[in-house]
Amino acid sequence: MTPELLSLSNAPGMFVAVMLVKILAVFGVVMLMIAYATWVERKLIGHMQTRLGPTMTGPCGLLQPIADGLKLFFKEDIIPAQASKLSFVLAPMMMVVPALVTVAIIPFGRDITLLGYIIPMQIADLNVGVLFILAMAGLGVYGVVLAGWSSNSKYALLGGIRSTAQVISYELAAGMVIVAIFMLSGTLSMRGLVEAQQGPLWGITSLPAWIHNWYIFSQPLAFGIFVICSLAEINRTPFDLPEAETELVSGFATEYSSMKYALFFMAEYANMIVLSAVISTLFLGGWDGPFWGALNLFIKVVGFMMFFMWIRATWPRVRYDQLMFLGWKIFIPLAMLNIVVTALLILL
Amino acid sequence: MFKEFAQGLWITFKHLSPKYRTTVEYPKQRLQPSERFRGLHRLVLQHDREKCVGCYLCPTVCPAKCITVETAENDKGEKYPKVYKIDLLRCIFCGYCVEACPVEAIEMTGNYELANYKREDFEFTKERLLK
Repeated sequence: MTPELLSLSNAPGMFVAVMLVKILAVFGVVMLMIAYATWVERKLIGHMQTRLGPTMTGPCGLLQPIADGLKLFFKEDIIPAQASKLSFVLAPMMMVVPALVTVAIIPFGRDITLLGYIIPMQIADLNVGVLFILAMAGLGVYGVVLAGWSSNSKYALLGGIRSTAQVISYELAAGMVIVAIFMLSGTLSMRGLVEAQQGPLWGITSLPAWIHNWYIFSQPLAFGIFVICSLAEINRTPFDLPEAETELVSGFATEYSSMKYALFFMAEYANMIVLSAVISTLFLGGWDGPFWGALNLFIKVVGFMMFFMWIRATWPRVRYDQLMFLGWKIFIPLAMLNIVVTALLILL
Repeated sequence: MFKEFAQGLWITFKHLSPKYRTTVEYPKQRLQPSERFRGLHRLVLQHDREKCVGCYLCPTVCPAKCITVETAENDKGEKYPKVYKIDLLRCIFCGYCVEACPVEAIEMTGNYELANYKREDFEFTKERLLK
């Protein structure tokens, strides 16, 4: 019997069990990565600034994320008297959930065959995968805007408004830049994208077997623009204007305390992980690489996250007008040019 | 522009190496203060009693007015400080008392760990200063 794709119709019990295992595994890994991303960030930036980072909690400060979590958990949860209660409570959740939901469509390995069924190493294979990512990224911003608006504080409001403007400008460029990718792959599904990147690079066969035609080689400009736009979308330095400490106290998170504040932090790191995974899948062949499937993806994601931290340790924040200039006058025209050039090359 | 970006990134990358590390992990690792460091005061002992002759020059010169001296005469007819107190909460560690002393009876040590829990504990009496 040839193995068939496991689905709800041919083996409902097994499908649900496998799904639960996959969801728990992915959720667990992402949560652990979020916790230890904070540790890595503090250590890495510390050493880059000739400091040490956390050292006192456990060996090398390894228990720091746990200590931070406990501390924030036991802090008083303050809701400002003039705040809009419902949206104030809702905002942090609206940031975390879209970030975590996006992980569901990242493929993290080759299909495995178990008991005569093919099990895809991906929680859900949406045929509109990338569209879903863009949608969720857009939805995550509502959390920031809502947090800024409902806090009833001028700094929070400014942070929220900056975030809207920033995300609108950069989502456009990011969206346009990946159009070129779809033109090459002919599919929006993440699984399809990974499969499309597995041919030999430029038809050269003498390269090591694991170097495939990842889209970073055919679309370097798109890769660069997408990475920068991702930085802007997840509010990381040098585009961290919504929470610019020097001007806006803590931006949209000013009025938040306790676990709600922790949720904002989790959302920031979850977004970072998800976007690293998305960039890896779109441009670096996803789980494709020299090692075992999920490990390749893990290495790529960690690499991107460290690069983002490195950038944070190095560059100052851009000015607001520079941000808008970069988004509207440089990236969008470049993205359009990229589409045109790619289209011409495909036609020829 | 890209060259400058790369230069910046290279600088931060270089600083990852341990030779740039400047942090002293304080409670585990302590630096030796210099000879001339002005820390906690000490009254110098000579034979069985303090060297101080009770001339009142140190409370006079003290800009923070933190030294209290009361003198008396012992059975040999020598003047000595019956009370000698330094209020460390007022002291600014300027070292003028050390400079003013004609008999070099007061000096400053390298002790800089002077935190305490109670206000009274910052009042250093003669007995504590002689230690």
